[in-house]
Amino acid sequence: MGIVEHRFQENILTTTLDYLVGWARKSALWPMTFGLACCAIEMMASGASRYDFDRFGIIFRATPRQSDVMIVAGTVTYKMAPVVRKVYDQMPEPRWVISMGSCSTAGGPFNTYSTLQGVDQVVPVDIYVSGCPPRPEALMWGVLKLQEKIQQEKFLRA
Amino acid sequence: MTEENEAAETDQPEEDDGLDEAPPADSSEETEASPEPSEDAGASGEGEGAPEEPPEDPLESLAGVKAVQAFLGDEVEEVTSFTGGADEVSMTVPAGRVRALCAHLKAEIGFNYLSDLCGVHYPEREKPFEVVYQLFALDRSERLRLKVRLADGESAPSVVEVWRTADWLEREAYDMFGIEFEGHPDLRRILLPEDWEGFPLRKDYPVRGDGFGLTWVERQIPSTSRPMTERK
Repeated sequence: MGIVEHRFQENILTTTLDYLVGWARKSALWPMTFGLACCAIEMMASGASRYDFDRFGIIFRATPRQSDVMIVAGTVTYKMAPVVRKVYDQMPEPRWVISMGSCSTAGGPFNTYSTLQGVDQVVPVDIYVSGCPPRPEALMWGVLKLQEKIQQEKFLRA
Repeated sequence: MTEENEAAETDQPEEDDGLDEAPPADSSEETEASPEPSEDAGASGEGEGAPEEPPEDPLESLAGVKAVQAFLGDEVEEVTSFTGGADEVSMTVPAGRVRALCAHLKAEIGFNYLSDLCGVHYPEREKPFEVVYQLFALDRSERLRLKVRLADGESAPSVVEVWRTADWLEREAYDMFGIEFEGHPDLRRILLPEDWEGFPLRKDYPVRGDGFGLTWVERQIPSTSRPMTERK
């Protein structure tokens, strides 16, 4: 920064391209709603007026093709797992995944013949939010953690 | 209970010492285990004039139970009641007659609603499978439970023609237990994927699965989308 500091007029900000791109990405996270069980109720509450995820630039989309992040909210059964994967494949990059609740994180209480023991067996997960189901505050924590993570990513790679 | 006794009971303190205050002669020991005979005789004596009907066996008092017995006669294998009363009657009937019996019960006796149909697995029995029919007569709120015992590999007659709702219920029993229903119009799995192997609610199926599920998932995911993209 030392080179360009104080070389321009006032109201000109200098920053790095990495920071700018990270800021842009994290400030408009459009989630793909993947409500599978009771966690979806908390996810809907998060989006509604009391917790108001819109203020983070989070606008829920109903299609993976317009989404940046997939919130897997609920129990992933084996029958549903290929669908989760297909939706993930349809999302444009860069893309992120939040695993919401203990079911999608590790199967939760359902260690049974029909339940996938963690959605990370079919898609890569960035943030795990614990809870059964997590309250909206917990999901908000997960989103803020994801924003931190996105901010740290490098746009220009070596 | 007479009014006098009721009054005495409410006045009575918990300890026996309280009885000193001139209690009515025959209600003093009411709380204890030894009721006085004179009191009981007095209390029940009022109702004695009413004509008593001979007590009917609760298991036989329902129209549905009577109808099944009239229809099948000796072929009824077992009649039980979970509570001993008439509200939880189960009748075990031979598999071959169940469709005719159900048609009769619906058309003539008013069991117009099949509230559930499910399978059960009793591996220790000679006939290890059971199909349970939960019948309900909406007009008079009467319930009846029919049971059919099946040997391994034996099929039950389908009752889809009687109650349309049996379609999916029988598919579920097939899906979970492998019980086949003869005459079912479309007997295939309903909950699990159609190419699933095994019947999960059989007792010999591992609770946590036999590993088929994950291999099934891996087969569904096209190879072009694997391996998973790794981000640094």
